Amino acid sequence: MNWDVIFSVSLESLVGATTVVYALAAIGLNVHFGYAGLLNFGQSAFLGVAAYGMAMTVTTFDQPFWLGLLVGLGATVVLALLLGIPTLRLRADYLAIVTIAAAEIVRLLFRSVTLSKWTGGSDGLQAFSQSFYALNPYSSGISTRLISFSARELWVITVGWVLVVVALLVVWLLMNSPWGRVVKAIREDEDAVRSLGKNVFAYKMQALILGGVLGSLGGYVFALSLAAIQPDTYGTEFTFYMYTIVILGGAARVLGPVVGSMIFWLLLTFINALLPALVSAGVIPTSIMTTNQAGAVGYILVGIGLVLLLIFRPQGIFGDRKEVMLDAR
Amino acid sequence: MMVTAFLASILFVLGPGATGASAQGEGLQGTLINNNQPVAGVSIKVSTQDGQLVGQTKSGPDGKWSVAVPKAGTYKVDLDVATLPQGVVLLNNRPSLTLQVFAGSMRTALFPLGTRAAGQKPAEDTSPGTFARVLDLTYTGIHIGLIIALAALGLSLIFGTMGLTNFAHGELITFGAMMAFIFNVYLGLPVLAAGVIAVVLGAVFGWVQDRFFWGWLRQRRAGLIGMMIISIGLALSLRYITLYWFRGETRQYSQYVAQPGWDLGLIVVAPKNLAMDLIAIVVLVAVSLALVMTRLGKATRAVSTNPALAAASGINVDRIIRLVWTIGGALAALSGVMLGVFQGVNYQMGFQILLLVFAAVTLGGLGTAFGALLGSLVIGLATQVSTLWIPTELKNVGALAVLIVVILVRPQGILGRRERIG
Amino acid sequence: MRDEATTSGAESAHARATAALRDVPREPGVAKPDPILVADNVVRSFGGLTAVNVKHVEIQRGAITALIGPNGAGKTTFFNLLTGFDKPDEGQWTFNGDPVQGVPPHKVARRGMVRTFQLTKVLSRLSVIDNMRLGAVGQKGERFWRALVPSGWRRQENEITERADELLARFKLDAKREDFAGSLSGGQRKLLEMARALMVQPDMVMLDEPMAGVNPALTQSLLGHVKALREDGMTVLFVEHDMDMVRDISDWAIVMAQGEIIAEGAPEDVMADPRVIDAYLGAHHDGAPAPAATGAQGPGAPADDEPKAGPAGRE
Repeated sequence: MNWDVIFSVSLESLVGATTVVYALAAIGLNVHFGYAGLLNFGQSAFLGVAAYGMAMTVTTFDQPFWLGLLVGLGATVVLALLLGIPTLRLRADYLAIVTIAAAEIVRLLFRSVTLSKWTGGSDGLQAFSQSFYALNPYSSGISTRLISFSARELWVITVGWVLVVVALLVVWLLMNSPWGRVVKAIREDEDAVRSLGKNVFAYKMQALILGGVLGSLGGYVFALSLAAIQPDTYGTEFTFYMYTIVILGGAARVLGPVVGSMIFWLLLTFINALLPALVSAGVIPTSIMTTNQAGAVGYILVGIGLVLLLIFRPQGIFGDRKEVMLDAR
Repeated sequence: MMVTAFLASILFVLGPGATGASAQGEGLQGTLINNNQPVAGVSIKVSTQDGQLVGQTKSGPDGKWSVAVPKAGTYKVDLDVATLPQGVVLLNNRPSLTLQVFAGSMRTALFPLGTRAAGQKPAEDTSPGTFARVLDLTYTGIHIGLIIALAALGLSLIFGTMGLTNFAHGELITFGAMMAFIFNVYLGLPVLAAGVIAVVLGAVFGWVQDRFFWGWLRQRRAGLIGMMIISIGLALSLRYITLYWFRGETRQYSQYVAQPGWDLGLIVVAPKNLAMDLIAIVVLVAVSLALVMTRLGKATRAVSTNPALAAASGINVDRIIRLVWTIGGALAALSGVMLGVFQGVNYQMGFQILLLVFAAVTLGGLGTAFGALLGSLVIGLATQVSTLWIPTELKNVGALAVLIVVILVRPQGILGRRERIG
Repeated sequence: MRDEATTSGAESAHARATAALRDVPREPGVAKPDPILVADNVVRSFGGLTAVNVKHVEIQRGAITALIGPNGAGKTTFFNLLTGFDKPDEGQWTFNGDPVQGVPPHKVARRGMVRTFQLTKVLSRLSVIDNMRLGAVGQKGERFWRALVPSGWRRQENEITERADELLARFKLDAKREDFAGSLSGGQRKLLEMARALMVQPDMVMLDEPMAGVNPALTQSLLGHVKALREDGMTVLFVEHDMDMVRDISDWAIVMAQGEIIAEGAPEDVMADPRVIDAYLGAHHDGAPAPAATGAQGPGAPADDEPKAGPAGRE
């Protein structure tokens, strides 16, 4: 059994691109769900729309990279408006169902043959990342016994973590300002906030857009790290993982999503590396588990973990029990 | 499935030894993953655009392969499908890719693998004559609508009585289909008998869920949003536990698989579908009558409308909720069996139809039993009839778009009441 | 300096209100000398039941008006309609001369009409001081882009906090400043909600059952605060059941029953009015048309067959 590989994969996942992607997505979702109480179950669509906006601009329409980034951001804002205008006046469950439906529509549209001329269909798109990698200052990667990253990966990771820091700063500033106070109050009781003269709808919309844009940064990192995008990755399971991460770290806590993402991926990567290795090495007999089955175990554990987390520690790692909204309703 | 493959492929592509051949030459490379496991021994060939062979290799035990190319340019990459292991297919059906390799870098080629496609039936043949086609689609729409209705009724009652948006309802559907599969294929019972047993087991499963889990959470005064997310976690675990035991392929029951249809003049319908329709209609009518005419049914509707008031009137709300879960579990299991007969059994089947079930319930009016039935027919018809105008692959988009429009115009749904929405 | 002002001020605001209303006829829907709120033909039905059917009502500026009536009379529904929290089937009303029917609730609040709620809506997971800060209007820091630059709103925030602390001291909640509002007792929450409403600096305060659930010891203190609102120049409209309170502080009383206004006048006049007594006790008079059936009457009120002395029946 190659413990070196298992440990190095796990350690690398602490700072790797996947963690960054989910951290950014979760920071955005934390704004929606943790601070504003918006049940956005379509966060994956925000990432997808941003990534596709960028990729299509560069690959399909042959425009410069920076324009692609702007288009992606614009697409995210448009999606937030499209989702928010009809549903923000309704109860939370409605937003949940509509956002899931919208995310599924987006995914189906992206993978459709009909639109594949522009979106690449189920193959997705590639060839949009050259300009990004051309800016790479690293001439070589790092390679130690436990951790190794190529130069390209280092670049993605650097840019990614810088984005994470910027996102955290923005969230921290906003949530500690009067704007943040109104948003947190809306989560508690909208009518009370209305009776004090605040336009609740406008604040919810702003929160929706903010969370979507922060999440879209994750979409960029995701696409650039793979140098490809594929429609099926932007599905509901993507969103469910994000929720697990937000709750794990502690909803409505600035650092929650980042730490949540790191711990989540560390554990999941470790299990996904360990179990197949144990099976191959014969430690776990194949009558109980084959290497194929080992793949499913990670997901089973995520599901059970989420349930236990919500029942026994809904405030996650950083949260304050008294503050948790998940109980009180 | 592809999500799994892809997420895993991220880990491996960015994992140790990162981009494989680290020498900064040009080439093509990739990693073949199925269901989180590397696929070895698959033959990959790289040739120039005019067909000249450049290199050939097999994927290694870690699923990785790479072929160096002499210079930057456009190359064809072919995956030899015949060398794929049993049961593993190329999900997007494109074994041949044309890719550009840039100077000084390795180009990654993506071959998404999975076990045979989950869930969807192959596209129906478009029969000639639009009218016949409309009838055919209408019939299929009603059939799907009935399948959805069975699940939607339970979901709507659970929402009405408990306030829970149950994301794990899809797994009740899958459970029914799977149980029938066990009794039919493993234990040799005829499909009909296996189906009945599956429905009974579904009722038991629903009862157990409320008795030991949801009822316990209610006692702890868990909030509704918390319970909703818990149901998501539960759904995830159940789904992958199913995958664990039953693997990822779509399997069929031992009977009625490829049944020739009866020619009814304008449309051709397999008798199995008609039989299922009959059963579904009988069951739905029976449950509806029970809701309207029996005391227990009226109590259920009372709780579904206003739990606090019902409790104050002396109705034992907990008992009603347990009853709703039991009936809901049975109905969902029946829905699963019907779905299994219609398109095969697969670990994702419940999850894939769940969104349509939610659409149906929301469309009809959250919490109203009859609204759920109406909504299901609308959604079922919408998914099928919309294919007259939009491509078949987007038929779910049609249904979901209908849902969104209805929420815009009449958020309480067709039969719902205004007070419950804002 | 505040004490002197209170003694003479108390006389003048109260006295002014009483004087203005002295000659107003004691009839439902009567016009007032200086109305801040005028409502016409406001109707709201739920299914087959008409909850509110107010033909005409005017609220006198600077006075404390009580809105009383039996349970189910439509008082809270009327409140909800006036403040934009509910939509009427028909009707229009003006506030300070401007029509405000159809105006969304947050805009109604900004125009100066602020309400509290029967079931207090303090924001439990915010601290008491944050609850107060939330009430201030025109906060620069509440705008999205401005919020990102603390130096742009810090000074205003300090001013707001000062004002909030003053109010908290006045309502004797300053010791609880940093606690979660959810940890306050019922009576303290009422105080907080009232104090928070004052942060808005409204022209008119609408209190929905301010005494409900408050222990008697706290009631006097609350009464004092309500009277102080009048001193500060605000108009107060409050819904209450407690007749002693109504008699104690209100300048004018409006009685609703079954959605309609059945009487208006100074508290003493109104409480002796047989129509009002009927509404509360549910008695029938011979020769009078039976009231439209419903539980708006007191529970189990038996039909009274004996002839009664006095004015026959209600209108």
